[in-house]
Amino acid sequence: MNGVIEIRSVSKHFGSVKALDNLSCSIKPGTLTGLVGPDGAGKTTLMRMMTALMVPTAGTISLDGHDVSKQPELIHTITGYMPQRFGLYEDLAVIENLNLYAELQGLRGKERITTFKRLLHFTRLSPFQDRLAGKLSGGMKQKLGLACALMGKPRVLLLDEPSVGVDPVSRQDLWKMVGELTSDGMTVVWSTAYLDEAERCEDVLLLNNGNLEYSGPPRELTSRIAERSYTLQGDMADRRGILAEALELPDVRDGVIQGEALRIVLDRENDPRALKALGESVNATVTTIEPRFEDAFIDLLGGGPGGRSAIAEKMEPVEAAFAEAVECSRLTKSFGSFTATDKVSFTVKKSEIFGLLGPNGAGKSTTFKMLCGLLKPTSGEAKVVGLNLRSAASRAKRQLGYMAQKFSLYGLLSVRQNLDFFSGVYELSGKLRQQRIEEMIETFDLQRYLKDSPDTLPLGYKQRLALACALMHRPAVLFLDEPTSGVDPITRREFWTHINGLVRKGVTVLVTTHFMDEAEYCDRIALMYHAKVIALDTPDQIKRQAATNGRNIDSMEDAFIAMVEAADVRAGDV
Amino acid sequence: METRRVWKSDCFRRIFSLIRKESLQAVRDPSTILIAFILPIILLFLFAYAVSLDVRQIRIGVVLENDTPEATELAAAFGATRYFAVTPARHRHEVAQMVVSGELRGFIAIPQDFDARLSANTSSAAIQVITDGVSPNTANFISGYAQGVLGNWNAARLSRIGWESPPVISLEPRFWFNPEIESRRFLVPGAIAIVMTIIGTMLTALVVAREWERGTYEAIISTPIGRIEILLGKLLPYFGLGMGATVCCTILATTLFDVPLRGSWLALLSLSGCFLVPALGQGLMISTLTKNQFVAAQAALFSGFLPAFMLSGFLYEIDSMPILLQMITRIVPASYFVANLQTVFLTGDIWPQFFRGMAAMLAVGAVFFTITAAKTHKRLDL
Repeated sequence: MNGVIEIRSVSKHFGSVKALDNLSCSIKPGTLTGLVGPDGAGKTTLMRMMTALMVPTAGTISLDGHDVSKQPELIHTITGYMPQRFGLYEDLAVIENLNLYAELQGLRGKERITTFKRLLHFTRLSPFQDRLAGKLSGGMKQKLGLACALMGKPRVLLLDEPSVGVDPVSRQDLWKMVGELTSDGMTVVWSTAYLDEAERCEDVLLLNNGNLEYSGPPRELTSRIAERSYTLQGDMADRRGILAEALELPDVRDGVIQGEALRIVLDRENDPRALKALGESVNATVTTIEPRFEDAFIDLLGGGPGGRSAIAEKMEPVEAAFAEAVECSRLTKSFGSFTATDKVSFTVKKSEIFGLLGPNGAGKSTTFKMLCGLLKPTSGEAKVVGLNLRSAASRAKRQLGYMAQKFSLYGLLSVRQNLDFFSGVYELSGKLRQQRIEEMIETFDLQRYLKDSPDTLPLGYKQRLALACALMHRPAVLFLDEPTSGVDPITRREFWTHINGLVRKGVTVLVTTHFMDEAEYCDRIALMYHAKVIALDTPDQIKRQAATNGRNIDSMEDAFIAMVEAADVRAGDV
Repeated sequence: METRRVWKSDCFRRIFSLIRKESLQAVRDPSTILIAFILPIILLFLFAYAVSLDVRQIRIGVVLENDTPEATELAAAFGATRYFAVTPARHRHEVAQMVVSGELRGFIAIPQDFDARLSANTSSAAIQVITDGVSPNTANFISGYAQGVLGNWNAARLSRIGWESPPVISLEPRFWFNPEIESRRFLVPGAIAIVMTIIGTMLTALVVAREWERGTYEAIISTPIGRIEILLGKLLPYFGLGMGATVCCTILATTLFDVPLRGSWLALLSLSGCFLVPALGQGLMISTLTKNQFVAAQAALFSGFLPAFMLSGFLYEIDSMPILLQMITRIVPASYFVANLQTVFLTGDIWPQFFRGMAAMLAVGAVFFTITAAKTHKRLDL
């Protein structure tokens, strides 16, 4: 036995739902282990079992040699656990939260003073001791949560999705802090839905649908697909069309747009001839590149979907009577003294994919809601499909489709009734209404779920249904608010296939996301931070811009961090 | 790294730190302040001034079908009492319509043969009382008082004409402890029971469910704290809050609303303390079982607040309820509390009665706590 945590044939069932199915693995002491997988994969359940908050239906977990289910009290003294929402009391000040956890962990006297000093220094929260936890930024909340979890000097630190809702700079900080902890000998388990975070861990446990797909160093997994990742570069006018073609090639496992280039993963045969032929026909060069963890994950799951979108093929091209699909200038929204968006200006051309990128609370959703006519701007102007939202909001609304966060479907209505309802909302009637509903059922393969509640649908189908509801009236502009959060990578691929298809038919798409890799699917992106747009350009151009001050920029996330830091310097608060 | 021991003796410190946390939250959370302090005051004022169960100036009709001096005199006697506001009429149909439309609550008919009936001195009624049965309380009151007015008038008449008073049993009601029968005097002590139910059951149900909803419970139970400590940490602050509210309400009741406190503070506080046990137990039980603020609020409303209102003897007398409901009131802790509160305020210390009430309340509380303790785990999957 060499692991500090040993998980042996563990299953956990909730009623008939198998949250985890026969899991076995071990976690090495003093390492940073990533518990990686999409929402609903079973990460939180496993975390809770490791902290003795849940007991496995079958199998055993031992932590530091102690059976977790048999000695929960002991486990609680040797583990530190930060739940998803940090477990902070928002109406208590920073120092009051720390005091509470210190008492609960039995920390007193000199030990307490030195621990507080160390933790406050470590988290750089010293200047904010008297601030209410609810008034902290996402990043600071998370550091406070971490400090509370570290109070009892745990041997094992369990962090459940610590990077959700946190800006990239704070996230960077957190990685550094965790790095320090592991080098002191602490074992840290970090759960995440972001596959790019897996590459930073020493070991990963890759969960999907309650099954352990892989455990071991991330590089070992990516090395399985060494030499199988390719990039197509060149002056590709219609890179979405080329991607669709590439995905239909029999030996292509996966493919995505990456800025101006395409990223393709071939199957095990690794025969690039067909791909190279395709590249030549469009004047693009095909070269191998370093595989990413996500490439390997898709490969492990059996490859992504094809490149054809049934719905896009059915759609007649959008005839536009407008030059710019969306125009906004100095758009501002204040709630009391709080400014949610501050003088946001941008223009989106027809059949462009425009991404709004930024941490939670940066103002993305507020901007969206104003552009959809759901919120009245405090000041500034916005035009959608050439119509001013102040004077012609309802006419403009008829031409736009909106897919809200978490899909906003009615759980008490059946799938069929949801389709009926949304077709009515978008003023479809008579034959056309029936025809459109039937078409959506057919193209999104919803027939067998028609009588079910959307709540019981698999996530992928839920997303299809939400997209179907937003598309029924053939909008010229489509607003997607975090359409893929919590969705597994295969389903995300499928979703983007539809979006790419729609864009090729002339639909304009505005999308918010916090997946940095998804940003590269966009034609242009606006980085939002503290209610302002701090950068606006094509993904590649933004990366280049960020690299000008001599930094090494590998990913969109690096670029974002550089931009945010530059913005902080400009604003004068470091 | 050696494992730190977590000592049992630390448990008081842990409980104390939870209490401090809870108090800070209560002070900072506007909704807690609203429920704990503002709502009770509003309720007290409402029951002291707006709601009155006293009957005064009931609108009735008096139909005078007879013009003899005696009949006229009786009609005048009805008009003179402060309990009735009289609409005079000559024919029944004039007022009957007004009873139907709700303008009058009933009418009294003095028939044409009134004098004959009176002098015959038979058992047949001299006058006829018609009341609106839709509000039975008022109807009873009208018929009762009508008889009273008639009796008084008749006695005066007989003594005037020199006739010896007939040997009829005359009932002379006299109300002890609340001679004015002012409803405020028994409503205000009852309202204190309602306030305590709100603080004990509603507020407690909400605050524990809130911890589940905000995810703080998950963080707390992953520390070395014990489950009984968690319960005590929730219980004690709200016990304090409830006792504080009792004191405030009592001071308001005695100073502002002129309700006497004839018993002792010791009795009042012991009763309140005993009532808070089942009230808090119920609140904790609800939130432990529901884990959701919305459901907890609904459950607390239906199982705590409404029974305290309807089945405690606060608004409706338990003795006049159907037997099944009377049995249900036995398990409503507020029924013991309301009765004993009214005693301690209006009568004085009757300790044997208090002890019985306290024992009953503690017994109900023990049931709630047993269920809560059994359902409180340091686990999320139970």
